[in-house]
Amino acid sequence: MKRELQSLQKESALIFELSRTGRTGFQVPPTPDDFPKFSIPENFARKSLPRLPEVSENAVVRHYVNLSTRNHHIDRDFYPLGSCTMKYNPKVNDDMAALHGFSGLNPWQSGQMVQGAMQVMSELADALLEVTGMDSITLQPAAGAQGEFTALLMFRSYHQANGNPRKRIIIPDSAHGTNPASIILAGYSVTQLPSDANGLMDIEALKRSLDEDVAGLMITNPNTLGLFESNIAKIIDLVHDAGGLAYMDGANLNALMGISRPGDMGFDACHMNLHKTFSTPHGGGGPGSGPVAIKAKLEKYLPVPVLTSKGNAFVWDWDRPDSIGSVHTFYGNFGMHVRALTYIKSLGGDGLRAISDNAIINANYLRKKLSPTYQIFVDKPSMHEAVFSGNLQKAKGVRTTDIAKRLLDYGIHPPTVYFPLIVPECLMIEPTESESRETLDEFVEVMLQIDREASETPELLKNSPYTTPVRRLDEAGAARNLNIRYFDEVL
Amino acid sequence: MRYIPNTPDERSAMLRDIGVTSLEDLLDAIPHELRYNKSLNIADGKSEWEVRREMIAMANRNISAMDMPCFMGAGCYDHFIPAAVDTLASRSEFVTAYTPYQPEVAQGTLQVIYEFQSMICELFGMPAANASLYDGGTALSEAISMALAYTKRRRVLWSESVNPAYRRVAQTINLSQGIRFDTAPCKDGCQAAEEMAMLLGDDVAAVVLQYPNFFGIVDDLRLIIDRAHEVGALVIIVTDPIAMGILHSPGQLGADIVVGEGQSLGNYMSYGGPYLGLFACSMELIRLMPGRMVGVTKDVDGRRGFVLTLQTREQHIRRDKATSNICTNQGLVATRATFYLSLIGPKGLEGIGIACGRRTEYLKQKLKEVPGFTVPHKGPHFREFLVQVPGTAEEFFEFMTTKGLLPGVPLTRLGMSDERGMLVALTETRSREEMDAYVRFARDYAVEGKR
Repeated sequence: MKRELQSLQKESALIFELSRTGRTGFQVPPTPDDFPKFSIPENFARKSLPRLPEVSENAVVRHYVNLSTRNHHIDRDFYPLGSCTMKYNPKVNDDMAALHGFSGLNPWQSGQMVQGAMQVMSELADALLEVTGMDSITLQPAAGAQGEFTALLMFRSYHQANGNPRKRIIIPDSAHGTNPASIILAGYSVTQLPSDANGLMDIEALKRSLDEDVAGLMITNPNTLGLFESNIAKIIDLVHDAGGLAYMDGANLNALMGISRPGDMGFDACHMNLHKTFSTPHGGGGPGSGPVAIKAKLEKYLPVPVLTSKGNAFVWDWDRPDSIGSVHTFYGNFGMHVRALTYIKSLGGDGLRAISDNAIINANYLRKKLSPTYQIFVDKPSMHEAVFSGNLQKAKGVRTTDIAKRLLDYGIHPPTVYFPLIVPECLMIEPTESESRETLDEFVEVMLQIDREASETPELLKNSPYTTPVRRLDEAGAARNLNIRYFDEVL
Repeated sequence: MRYIPNTPDERSAMLRDIGVTSLEDLLDAIPHELRYNKSLNIADGKSEWEVRREMIAMANRNISAMDMPCFMGAGCYDHFIPAAVDTLASRSEFVTAYTPYQPEVAQGTLQVIYEFQSMICELFGMPAANASLYDGGTALSEAISMALAYTKRRRVLWSESVNPAYRRVAQTINLSQGIRFDTAPCKDGCQAAEEMAMLLGDDVAAVVLQYPNFFGIVDDLRLIIDRAHEVGALVIIVTDPIAMGILHSPGQLGADIVVGEGQSLGNYMSYGGPYLGLFACSMELIRLMPGRMVGVTKDVDGRRGFVLTLQTREQHIRRDKATSNICTNQGLVATRATFYLSLIGPKGLEGIGIACGRRTEYLKQKLKEVPGFTVPHKGPHFREFLVQVPGTAEEFFEFMTTKGLLPGVPLTRLGMSDERGMLVALTETRSREEMDAYVRFARDYAVEGKR
């Protein structure tokens, strides 16, 4: 077989292509000979085995180690993804989640055997309540979007108990896509309001929209433009006066810890993304965790089971007749709870505040350094992210996509692009607190360089990236000629 | 601050560069009355050594399945995890990567997911699988949402032998859509086709079956599947990936949607999460698929590459028209499952299935001989069976744990009324010694326990 010069830019074989009949990476523990045979009736017996790959253990390891090198990841370099909060994930968090006393627990074990696990959840719950200024919490939702949905079901139950579930939920036009999707799933319709000239919620438009059909408002604060909704108390009052409830999408909580609390602003519920604010790793798309904190008036609707205590012991309370039910088979993504608590213990209350302070300084630093070159959408201090438009570069013939792809050549992951939808050619940059000034300066240099390239050699940008494991991919083609599995035939 | 690189001096310099005198100037947009003007009431930060000591102390307050042989299942299983799974899955290239929205620098994650989808399609005998959902229960609820959207009908019929924990989740998530759920009773632990067929009608969106069912029984589902299709209902089968080396795939049985829990594929029990919702469907339903999917494409130089595809279904594009609100899924857990399936291969999967089945048969036969213990259901049982114990299952559980065994899951913990019922699970990791000890202690319990 011919060996070629080493390059990242070669096709990586699929594990199926490495398969050779008879190879294996596993040995089944023996079954004693005198055990009864397990005979499956002819009707059910599988006629041909699933075509899983047949590969030795060392080949499996080599294959996936090689694949891993084709990823960008936070331990390698900068990841300034707005609203996604890609901060450094402390290693001790993972170590703690892997302790056998946590990872080896069956969820149906009796409460008295798992008091330590319940203590983890209780301590985490207390810390999150302190950060949010709320009265009660569920750790059950497995991700932020599930947290949104859980809160909306509680809103629904609350209104139902008051005689009418109501019909609509109001969101700003800068809302995350999960907000409207969650609203529909919870049986409501979406009313989307335009932002005002300052990028904030338009109070007059809100007033016009409020009536007895409004079940509530969902709003991200700081919002997706990186701005604090200065009128939030007034906004929530208006919603409350109309009989509605107010929900805060906590995607941007990284900017608020110890500075301002959703509960004190008047919100009735908010979720947190443990995989953002509390540094549990994204894992290439999950697991996340989306606890929902609430005010006392919603407490009886919490999903079951609810963690509570009896004497000196923690217990799960299932006996809650007004509960919305369960949104997870068990208690949520417990492994993420362990990581988040480890992180909180490492930082302490003042440390959490310092996280937010530094996230804010880093974001404003980038806003200041980049705004002469990249158009800033709203020229006001940012919270932990700054939103730019690529309009000036578009005038030179390149689009935000091209800027993003060119960044890859410099080893930097692009910011969030084309979101929020209200900003043309949007670039949403969130450096997070865990980046040093040198990294930010380097990023600024690269961004200025890319702007120069846009003037001088726009074609260079349009054809980028050049140095990545694969170059620009035909995404439309993938949808047109759908190929989502290795074997053509289904067995 | 070990996670914050910038020193106080650097911060001051940066604030000067920004053009403000202090951080306060940057917080002007937050009205004074909304400022939290005190320290958070959370204990001071600690050194890594101190944090470890506290967390380890909490871990040590638990009794885990590493301390006691585990015969507990009901949706979560103590299967063996090869060391290579942990080694590969702890690589930070996989752990600390983001959702693969920039495919040129996410080929590692994307290719793993493509391989994962291909493997799930193979196991389930289905043409399309997604990149995972949260867990078995939420996968079932998404399957039901899909069936409602496809058929435009508003009634769901499910068997009593579908895991009650999954049903509770699916009910919670779909209730606000005004759905009616009917439960077909389940005599002798089997999903009675005739009783179920009586509840069928042309208003039924989906029939939900579990295979092997909640009681570990491998039912003959063909009749009820045919009947369901005759009235235009979709068939959703909840299945167990570990059984797929020995049983007909749900796809071969005629399922339209197949869901399952992927925890047993190389993932720890971890007190219930993070788990892995498996989801596969027919091509006819693919435009309604919840969550992410990876497809093959080419780059500008003609090289094979992988991208997230059919993203126009997803919430970030379709917003209130999306088929599901799922955004973050269980990428790393699916990654572990891919490593696991690559290691065990087809023969390993078959071998594990047989090893589970034979152990189940062994313990079942032995327990039948213990006075006062009955096994109410006739097999074949795949990895789990119901035993009715003298006294209550809770008392028996307590007794057995004092002897050093986790004997099974009392049905009452799932809200079922059978106080004597204990669901016992056997994986390939249970040894003869452990099973014989189980029987011995059960005998002691029957005698000494004065039941």
